Amino acid sequence: MNGSDVKIEGIDKHFGDFHALRNVNIHIQGGEFFSLLGPSGCGKTTLLRILAGFESPAAGLVRINGRNILPLPPNKRHTNMIFQNYALFPHLTVFENVAFPLRLKKLGRREIDAKVEEYLALTKLAGQEYKKPAQLSGGQKQRVAIARALVNGPEVLLLDEPLSALDAKLRQHMLIELDTIHDKTGITFIYVTHDQQEALSVSDHIAVMNEGRIVQVGNPTEIYESPADVFVANFIGEANLFHGTIASVEGEMVSVEVKNMGILKVTMEPGDLEGMRDFQPGKQASITVRPEKINIALEKPPDLLQDVFNAFPCVVDEVIYNGFQSKFFVKLSGTGGNGNSAIKAFKQHMSYYSAGPEINWKDRVWVWWKADDAYLVEVHDA
Amino acid sequence: MKKSRFSKLVFFLTLVFLFMPLFVLAVYAFNESKNMLWTGFSLVWFERLFTGSRNIWRAFWNSILIALTSAATATVLGSLGAIGINWYNFKLKKYVQTVSLLPLVLPEIIIGVSMLIFFVGIDLHLGLLRIYIAHTTFNLPFVLLVVISRLDEFDFSIIEAARDLGAREHQTLLRIIIPMAMPGIISAFLIAVTMSLEDFVITSFVSGPGSSTLPVHIYSMIRTGVSPVVNALSVVLLGGTICLVFLMRPFFKYIAHE
Repeated sequence: MNGSDVKIEGIDKHFGDFHALRNVNIHIQGGEFFSLLGPSGCGKTTLLRILAGFESPAAGLVRINGRNILPLPPNKRHTNMIFQNYALFPHLTVFENVAFPLRLKKLGRREIDAKVEEYLALTKLAGQEYKKPAQLSGGQKQRVAIARALVNGPEVLLLDEPLSALDAKLRQHMLIELDTIHDKTGITFIYVTHDQQEALSVSDHIAVMNEGRIVQVGNPTEIYESPADVFVANFIGEANLFHGTIASVEGEMVSVEVKNMGILKVTMEPGDLEGMRDFQPGKQASITVRPEKINIALEKPPDLLQDVFNAFPCVVDEVIYNGFQSKFFVKLSGTGGNGNSAIKAFKQHMSYYSAGPEINWKDRVWVWWKADDAYLVEVHDA
Repeated sequence: MKKSRFSKLVFFLTLVFLFMPLFVLAVYAFNESKNMLWTGFSLVWFERLFTGSRNIWRAFWNSILIALTSAATATVLGSLGAIGINWYNFKLKKYVQTVSLLPLVLPEIIIGVSMLIFFVGIDLHLGLLRIYIAHTTFNLPFVLLVVISRLDEFDFSIIEAARDLGAREHQTLLRIIIPMAMPGIISAFLIAVTMSLEDFVITSFVSGPGSSTLPVHIYSMIRTGVSPVVNALSVVLLGGTICLVFLMRPFFKYIAHE
């Protein structure tokens, strides 16, 4: 493992009146693929620029392998950055772009040639050595940027939304390649993105940021299945959110009274049992249900158990066909479809022939989900 | 059809309007007589130019010397200034930028008068040195403007990338910023040479006896009566300029493409 341990301790940063980062603490293990995920303006890029040395924080420390790097200028840090717009040197060839950090180190000609060729091969750029950046496609420019950042053998690679300028297909492809390069080199990757799909698909751990704060740190499954709050639930993937009042708690089953819907049953996570005191009747609760966990059919299935399933009669408001899945936007029968009463349900097309009759716009349908598949995301006082 | 005939006509008229005066000037360089009556073809004024006009040639070489030196100085100072203004943050940056471009809009005569008063004030009498300083000064804002607009095309993250990859401040300057700005620097230099060669107003204020440049010298020749030697000189300059433009065409292309 070449990857270095990164500890971010109590980082604070202001831009004038704007509080960009508020007491940020993260511990990134050596060799991890770590993502900083958040909407634009959440401070993730600022944090990355602090790691690279382009910004200095008002307070806090950054330790790489235990050593505080904040006093060092960018050129003295063993971090390298991949910029959003690649930042290739337009007057140099691909070869010279990649050789740039080696020439600064005054390495011998043979050594430079060998290293550049090695990293051009790693990034599948062999044969492009003598082109100028202007002659390359977006994906190729990206590869040059990667080769150039890696050739110096950094301890930590910083990636600032590296794929945002590429089209969707290429983005997928480059993401897999980045993951492969990460596996081959073993360097710690810190990846900034606003795209939750990117973050979920390659990261070992993700820190979700909002308004300068770390909201949640966890592995992709934790972030998706057990969001720390309503913001994370909404930001990562799609979610149905229901707000209501806790009516009763029986064992690990919580009943929440939701306006227009009646009682929603939700099972607590094993971890929540310790914090039982929070789940008192009368408290406000927010529940999320992922759309793909909701079933939808024209008729009510007869064998639903009242205490482990939630089932509601609805009217289809909108159907969006996506090829591999259909998205149904339904509203509860007899309501206007506002707030709690609008529900999203996604149905995967698992086989060529769809099971059961087709569901269309304006159809009366039933939606239902298991209490296990709902998640109590926030509980607070009324 | 009609439309294209009309645009051809406009094109032709434009050419006539632009080049007719030059054409008349060139034709009268080959006139035998001294005034505007055509008396016959002759090369006598060219002979006079090349054999009996030492002052013209001295002024010509003065012009070349001052153009090259002042343009070079202005290019070096202006390019560094442009890099500083564009890529470094310092107090009063906005004001420096505005003030440095002010001479572009100031009437030349004001610059000329102020230069003269300044040189008299500091008791500087060397004519050529005065002209060199004056030309460097008025060329600076042009260089700044051209180089800044070149630098504006590049993203600041390129500089950050260089620093990130291990370059120190001066290495970033020498290996990245200056090579990237080079096409802009070269065109700034060419513009500065041209501006210096053709300047009359400012030069006429600061030049002393025996240190005039070509435009000032020609003007003083005409004051004592029009001589067809000036026409002959114009033809030579015209020919020289045209040759230069054709020789440098591949070079211009390079600048435009970069």
